[in-house]
Amino acid sequence: MSNSLYGPLPDVAEDAGYTDAPERRGFFTDTSVCIGCKACEVACKEWNAVPDDGFALTGMSYDNTGALGASTWRHVAFVEQTRPRQVGDGSDTRWLMASDVCKHCTHAACLDVCPTGALIRTEFATVVVQSDVCNGCAYCVSACPYGVIDRREDDGRAWKCTLCYDRIGDGLEPACAKACPTDSIQYGPLDELRERARTRLDALHEEGVTEARLYGEDDGDGVGGAGAFFLLLDEPEVYGLPPDPVVTTRDLPAMWKWAGGAALALAGGVALSFLGRR
Amino acid sequence: MAECHPVGFQWVMEAKARGARIFHIDPRFTRTSAMAHRHLPIRAGSDIVLLGALINHVLSGGHDFREYVLRYTNASVILSEDFQDTEDLDGLFSGYDAESSSYDPETWAYAGGEQEAPAAGARDEQQKGDDPDKGTGRPPGPIRQEHGPGATYEATSSQTGHADERDETLRHPRCVYQVLKRHFARYTPELVEQVCGIAPEDFAELADAVVANSGRDRTTAWVYSVGWTQHTVGAQYIRTASILQLLLGNIGRPGGGILALRGHASIQGSTDIPTLFNLLPGYLPMPYAHHHEDLDTYLERAAGDTGFWGRKRSFMVSLLKAWWGDAATEENDFCFDYLPRLTGDHGTYTTVLDQIDGKVKGYFLLGENPAVGSASGRLQRLGLAALDWLVVRDLQLIESATFWKNSPEIETGELTPEGIGTEVFFLPAASHVEKDGTFTNTQRLLQWHHKAIEPPDDARSDLWFIYHLGLRIRERLAGSADPVDRPVLDLTWDYPEEGPYHDPSAEAVLREINGYDADGTVLSGFTALKDDGSTSCGCWIYSGCYTDGVNQTARRKPGSEQSWVAPEWGWAWPSNRRILYNRASADPQGRPWSERKAYVWWDGEQWTGHDVPDFEKTKPPSYEPPPDATAEAALAGTDPFIMQTDGKAWLFVPRGLVDGPLPAHYEPHESPVPNLLYKQQGNPVRQTFQRPGNRYGPVGSDVYPYVFTTYRLTEHHTAGGMSRFLPYLSELQPEMFCEVSPELAAERGLVHGDWATVISARTAIEARVLVTDRVRPLRIQGRVIHQIGLPYHWGSAGAVRGDSVNDLLPIVLDANTHIQESKAATCDIRPGRRPQGPALRALVRRYRRMAGIPED
Amino acid sequence: MGIDSWPVIRQLTGTDPLGRGRAARTSRTDALRARTESADRVVDSVCPYCAVGCGQKVYVSGEKVVQIEGDPNSPISRGRLCPKGSASKQLVTSPTRQTRVLYRRPYATEWEPLDLDEAMDMIADRVLAARREGWQDTFEDKPVRRTMGFASLGGATLDNEENYLIKKLWTALGAIQIENQARI
Repeated sequence: MSNSLYGPLPDVAEDAGYTDAPERRGFFTDTSVCIGCKACEVACKEWNAVPDDGFALTGMSYDNTGALGASTWRHVAFVEQTRPRQVGDGSDTRWLMASDVCKHCTHAACLDVCPTGALIRTEFATVVVQSDVCNGCAYCVSACPYGVIDRREDDGRAWKCTLCYDRIGDGLEPACAKACPTDSIQYGPLDELRERARTRLDALHEEGVTEARLYGEDDGDGVGGAGAFFLLLDEPEVYGLPPDPVVTTRDLPAMWKWAGGAALALAGGVALSFLGRR
Repeated sequence: MAECHPVGFQWVMEAKARGARIFHIDPRFTRTSAMAHRHLPIRAGSDIVLLGALINHVLSGGHDFREYVLRYTNASVILSEDFQDTEDLDGLFSGYDAESSSYDPETWAYAGGEQEAPAAGARDEQQKGDDPDKGTGRPPGPIRQEHGPGATYEATSSQTGHADERDETLRHPRCVYQVLKRHFARYTPELVEQVCGIAPEDFAELADAVVANSGRDRTTAWVYSVGWTQHTVGAQYIRTASILQLLLGNIGRPGGGILALRGHASIQGSTDIPTLFNLLPGYLPMPYAHHHEDLDTYLERAAGDTGFWGRKRSFMVSLLKAWWGDAATEENDFCFDYLPRLTGDHGTYTTVLDQIDGKVKGYFLLGENPAVGSASGRLQRLGLAALDWLVVRDLQLIESATFWKNSPEIETGELTPEGIGTEVFFLPAASHVEKDGTFTNTQRLLQWHHKAIEPPDDARSDLWFIYHLGLRIRERLAGSADPVDRPVLDLTWDYPEEGPYHDPSAEAVLREINGYDADGTVLSGFTALKDDGSTSCGCWIYSGCYTDGVNQTARRKPGSEQSWVAPEWGWAWPSNRRILYNRASADPQGRPWSERKAYVWWDGEQWTGHDVPDFEKTKPPSYEPPPDATAEAALAGTDPFIMQTDGKAWLFVPRGLVDGPLPAHYEPHESPVPNLLYKQQGNPVRQTFQRPGNRYGPVGSDVYPYVFTTYRLTEHHTAGGMSRFLPYLSELQPEMFCEVSPELAAERGLVHGDWATVISARTAIEARVLVTDRVRPLRIQGRVIHQIGLPYHWGSAGAVRGDSVNDLLPIVLDANTHIQESKAATCDIRPGRRPQGPALRALVRRYRRMAGIPED
Repeated sequence: MGIDSWPVIRQLTGTDPLGRGRAARTSRTDALRARTESADRVVDSVCPYCAVGCGQKVYVSGEKVVQIEGDPNSPISRGRLCPKGSASKQLVTSPTRQTRVLYRRPYATEWEPLDLDEAMDMIADRVLAARREGWQDTFEDKPVRRTMGFASLGGATLDNEENYLIKKLWTALGAIQIENQARI
């Protein structure tokens, strides 16, 4: 099954109506060089004026952010592991750090369920919330297979990473990628990033880091491949990532056959709600 | 490094990607450990044993870089017959006087050196027969700051290395090489296991890697921070690393060195142009009190006559001219008498104790928060409460400004606002984007930051503050006939004013620092300084930063458009040299030790290479100094260490350190174990202050059975004034916590996420508990030693608040630097929150009684 | 606004029939630009936290700092910043930043406001009085010509130029207890 809602999609921006779109852009987050400094979290907040998210010690290693949410668009997870030494006696500590972010899915359920047209695909094939349109219905919140997008308590609207849409439109790097001290977060054309990621993966495998793997780079996965993908050093669950995410609107086309003109009605709804906010 | 200097750490990651092997030696497993190939947990306070064992490994295995060692260090020099080592005297060197707890360094001298006596007393204050130091009962000695390259440029006086007895076969039993070998012979892998808690196989891995990665083709770098300096043997930690690096040929070469990672934007600059009691700009010593001292006698005591310090008169006279201008003349010794005189340790801790004793009336805190950031926070705050007046300049209302209303002592009832007579002025400061000026970074690089906007409301730069305060003071003193006011009235204090607030021009100040010739032309560098009063220069090592009338520190040629050394980005002292002593990157004949490690070299006519040579440009390797030469002319073409009187790096330090010519392991002042190496438990000359509020835990006390060590987190900045008030940083590390091993948690019933109370002989604090495998119990001398990790960022103000770790620490100091021992002390820990109010002091007293500590 | 700007019209007539991209864009979205691009000026600076010395670019619009980020030209930092460096704008624009002089009288329980000019005068008077009170011509018979009446402790985020004038003025006044974070 391959169509606008599921499976590989060669030109994501074109599918969203951009006939002259630039190359698809994304993030490659190489967690093997992440030092857990959280510069990405702060740089994101400074650029996007995201409010603080409360001052609570979680007790989850050095992670006091907890999870992605309306006021956390980058989240660095810290995983402490103790493993037997490969050579000799005793055990070694391993401290995994990984900066999570919105995946900017090829098939983005948040976007597909958004009744107001607040969530859109950009010409860079990224997914952004148009805060001037969002009415806070929160359909997107439950649709996201990663639990990324969320509603902010105070204004009720949904928020998430925009891949710094305003910056990349001006040819700049997203704030998190620019700040990242070790280039763990890399931004660029997705094809290039995927190439780079495979080279890095091969190098790590050669070094004997056999547990290294890519996450979200595969077009054939449940979201048609992510615009933001990762190199991990353990199972995704270890980092709090779903092992096999599937776009929650996978079955939408089948439903349409039954629903007839529902699509048009939905589109009309988009327009009405759009006008309603003017 | 990843924790506190993440952006600098990118270069370690680059090196790693290119095959470098990274070891991380730290009591805790940190974000740096996570990226290292190997983390070696170590007992806090035992590093000299580890480094000493590496030295022993190098020497006993014949792994030293022999040509480098022979030609560039004092390895071959023969020592006096009178010298006795710690091996002979069970932990003391010869010359120790138990009554004054100090050394007479005479026996540490080279045999047959020209300089008979006093061999040591590198600086003014250590001259015999005129002991200035009645204040603290011990000679303060030459003083080095926190850490960093400045120390290597500090003046050490007239020991001339020439014509000493040498044995180039390095076999003479009294030659430095053999003395070193004997001194470190008992520093074995087995000892490392017993004292540091590092297994022999882990030590072997480290030792093999360091040796294999040193030599002609390869270099190894050691990187440290205050984890090495904040000990009662801090200066000697660095010395031990220096010996190791010199033996391996890793100094003055690319990829080598001992790199101090400093924690503040211009902490290097703060020692170069020191706001430190014992220094004048450019590491000239502040004069000590003597009978009948004039400029000449000061200079005689201040530094040697050979090496670049031989130009000391031109440095000093030019400084006096910069300060007192036309008033400074040959006839009046260039106003040398205007300088106040020292009589002992006037460092920050002594000053705080003097505040408590009512000896200090007024205090300025200029961007500093000692109520949280200095050791023994309670004494710091009691000092503030005893002042007549206090001026605090900062961005936020830090604890040092608000101690009179919200300090822990108010909570315990020891103090009340109504009982504190201190008059407090809070003056808002300008931020870095609201003023022009330079920071000097950790690699001695001066970088200019431009003013972007005017500061808000009453906020002003410290430059504005000190300049306008000076104007007002001079106005008040105008017309005074009192000679004590002459230094103020004669001071050059006429800077062009700029902007709506009449800021003094920072560029004009930087030009004064750079220096002028007699015509008012900006000087090109320190070699242009004259000793006859025709030049002025505010800091000789910074001379050249305004060469050609151009602010060199503001240069920003993109890194991508220049060589990897990037000489056109900012300006490094001295003379824009990026690696100090880089003559050592070439062999004695001036050829690179290897193509791979080529850096500067002799091309037949001059020194050239990737960097500005830290050497006279046209002095050939074949140069031999005539017998009566002075200054740099007295050094040979093969002498890379140009600030040293003999041009050699000192493996053995005959003078300049107050606690011994070689490093020896002493236990931290508070330690759970006896010193396995010597009868002498702690550094014999460390500075202790037995007085109320500053009680010490006994050695091996089972009342305070655990070691604690303090540190910083990536998400915060030192005492928190620039981080705890910012929501974006506060949310990332919102609460004070302690890190403990699962074993200690089980032993004491500590629960992850709950509270614990940490109790030292000074006070008790509370913290949330993080139980983690990243902290491991160590087996030391047959028993298990637990270490507790405590980040020290929190206080009673800010967006996030918590108890201050520095309150737990005692005041006990390294006698060389007067820096406190923050990195190793002892405590107890128990579950639950600490008592509130007067009950807190009662708990601390109860513990002290149990430990048999005298009552306050 | 013409009818062809209505999303539903664009959706029905354009290349985005599902209305998930081009057709659903609002004018606000179309107008989004990086605020750094429209800044009145960009000023070169240096991070004020640790001593790595990362390059910063300070973007100013309407005499307000609107962004501080890494300077890619810096051979030290290559445009990168750690979390503290990344929080520099908040450091400068913090709402809790104290921007007015505050004065606490001896034994008072609260702050009160004070004019900056007056504060400077009061401080100058106190410096001179403390200097006199703590003045020593000699110490144990040796000339010292100094005052023990006041002391100073500076942070290590002071500029070199500031440290220079501090050392110069305090020393000329005869003060010797002049210290810095560098010894801590």
